[in-house]
Amino acid sequence: MSLLDFFTRRSSAPVARDRLQILLAHERSAGSDSNLINRLQEEILQVIAKHMAIDRDKVIVKVDRGKAMSTLEIDIEMPACGGRLGTGN
Amino acid sequence: MMAKVIVVTSGKGGVGKTTSTAALGAALAKSGQKVVVIDFDVGLRNLDLVRGAERRVVFDLINVVQGEAKLAQALIRDKRVDTLSLLPASQTRDKDALTIEGVEKVITELREKFDWILCDSPAGIEKGATMAMHYADLAVIVTNPEVSSVRDSDRIIGLLDSKTARAVKGERMDKHLLITRFDPARAERGEMLKIDDILEILAIPLLGIIPESPQVLTASNVGSPITLNSPESAPGRAYFDAAKRLMGETLPMRIPSERKSLLGKLFGRRVA
Repeated sequence: MSLLDFFTRRSSAPVARDRLQILLAHERSAGSDSNLINRLQEEILQVIAKHMAIDRDKVIVKVDRGKAMSTLEIDIEMPACGGRLGTGN
Repeated sequence: MMAKVIVVTSGKGGVGKTTSTAALGAALAKSGQKVVVIDFDVGLRNLDLVRGAERRVVFDLINVVQGEAKLAQALIRDKRVDTLSLLPASQTRDKDALTIEGVEKVITELREKFDWILCDSPAGIEKGATMAMHYADLAVIVTNPEVSSVRDSDRIIGLLDSKTARAVKGERMDKHLLITRFDPARAERGEMLKIDDILEILAIPLLGIIPESPQVLTASNVGSPITLNSPESAPGRAYFDAAKRLMGETLPMRIPSERKSLLGKLFGRRVA
């Protein structure tokens, strides 16, 4: 460790505290959190599947649990063409 | 006095449940209280080893629960402190042999004979852990100043407040935090969670702070609780303080440090 590293090193304990606070706030509030996300994913995909063919292996679900808000991101790869089921706009 | 049943629990393994059960049990017994420590870790018993009683185990908790042995036959009295007894776990039987009715019967019988009943919980949140906490009046949650340990303690606090006999009856479960393996110097440098951080996150009262110390390993090596083996060591004194708090004394919270001998001071290290 260089002298510069020594003086610029951020202490890790506050990081640990912040990570724990966010994690536990979520774990305490929602025991069925993972179920909710599963249901959301399922229902959203059903709606989209009415309008186009979806390859289930190419659906990516990401969750980012934050302090003030969380984000749920569902990435669905759309086929280049011919995926339409006809009723879309 | 009314017997008190204490569960020593943590969720996470390796944080010092067994060491703390042995140390607190011996500290309480040394002050004249009648104490029994029960090992609930069926299949992975270790309280006997840490207590130096491993060669004297004949019957165990499961034998008593199943009615194969009388309680008095299974209890092992400590050779150093005669008010201290051990009820070992079974090393060979399955934990399914533990039943809630069986555990209740054993605890009820022990309540008549002892002032303190300390239940050493296995790690995890499975049957062994829920059995160990079920009939507790009070929980000691052992936590290391480390993220995974604090998270698991939070989970255990949730179980204590929902699954125990007291919780089911709508009564309050007393919960106390015992922080082990604490290094004040590292916490001061911001390399380790501070006591206040842990207390703020877990929001339960503090029972004691056990400093990290090589003496703890030495004590388990020789099969003697730290409070008997090195009562004057920093962790030894910290466990005595915690035991006094359990008995209702109000003591200032201190983090004992090693007392260095004159030679140790001169040469900058402890002289064994």
